[in-house]
Amino acid sequence: MVMATESQFHVLAVDDSLIDRKLIEKLLKTSSYQVTTVDSGGKALEFLGLNEDHRSIPNTHSVSPNNPQEMEVNLIITDYCMPAMTGYDLLMKIKESASLRNIPVVIMSSENVPSRINRCLEGGAEEFFLKPVQLSDLNRLKPHILKTKSKDEKRDKQEKQEESDPEFQSQQQLQQLQQQSNNSKRKAIKGEQDLDTMALPLWSK
Amino acid sequence: MEVGQMQRRLLDYTKTLLMEGFLDGQFLQLQQLQDESNPGFVVEVVSLFFDDSEKLLNDLTSALDQPSVDFSRVDSHVHQLKGSSSSIDAQRIKNASLAFRNFCEEQNVEACQRCLQQIKQEYYLARNNLETLFRLEQQIVAAGGSIPMLEMGF
Repeated sequence: MVMATESQFHVLAVDDSLIDRKLIEKLLKTSSYQVTTVDSGGKALEFLGLNEDHRSIPNTHSVSPNNPQEMEVNLIITDYCMPAMTGYDLLMKIKESASLRNIPVVIMSSENVPSRINRCLEGGAEEFFLKPVQLSDLNRLKPHILKTKSKDEKRDKQEKQEESDPEFQSQQQLQQLQQQSNNSKRKAIKGEQDLDTMALPLWSK
Repeated sequence: MEVGQMQRRLLDYTKTLLMEGFLDGQFLQLQQLQDESNPGFVVEVVSLFFDDSEKLLNDLTSALDQPSVDFSRVDSHVHQLKGSSSSIDAQRIKNASLAFRNFCEEQNVEACQRCLQQIKQEYYLARNNLETLFRLEQQIVAAGGSIPMLEMGF
């Protein structure tokens, strides 16, 4: 069951500094997000991992089919410099997880180190914010969340349809087959064309 | 003193703090985050900072007093101080922390201790300034007025 359209997105904020946690929480709430804050990467994974266990369908990404109280996490924003597990380590763990890897991750740091920023972005972080984070920075979050959400909704919708509608399923299969045959036709034509250029026949093009 | 006068005094005071480098734009951002649902937000965060920093400063003092100083520990404390002071916009503490970190890298205990003294002074100054600011705000609110926001391009 796909969640009814929620106007509120849920952000998980990770930072070992109490002051920064308070700030980011306030910033996010002011921007109308639902917020959960944790003080370490370990706790963040625990929070996300709990979501994972409740899912009944292992492939479905972060949507709880039956439990309306469970909170889907739409975005993770984390500090870089944390003891035990840095923001980058957390990013890697999330990207390694099949069920979590689609959740957009944003990294924050008080230090402007270009190599660090690049590493994080290359590692899959959507954005890198320099602290102190401004309200205007948070405006850059929405597109990432919406992009993921609509992907999920499309996929979930499709899955739902496939589950409940055998005709749809067979239609899909038919479409797939057609496409496959089109592809192979195209390939064949291309193959012919290649031959053509070699042989310079009069009837080509 | 009537409300208008108090509000003007507050604005002037804030401007002074900005010009003397005690505050920067970040503080104004913080004030904008404050609203009716959470009127004590800025005071809360700033008080947290001062309590937190006091502990950090004490830890730093004892760490530097050790016969063999653990610079990585000192450095991580200062990093924290720098981070949180920039979040609440205590610019001079932040700048002093930057200098401190350089001395840490050089493992220069004496210079670190001198720097620490300076940070403590900045800390007390900042605390006094912000307490004055908050007192002014409280007086305005008590008199039924609203806290005026300083525009960025003053």
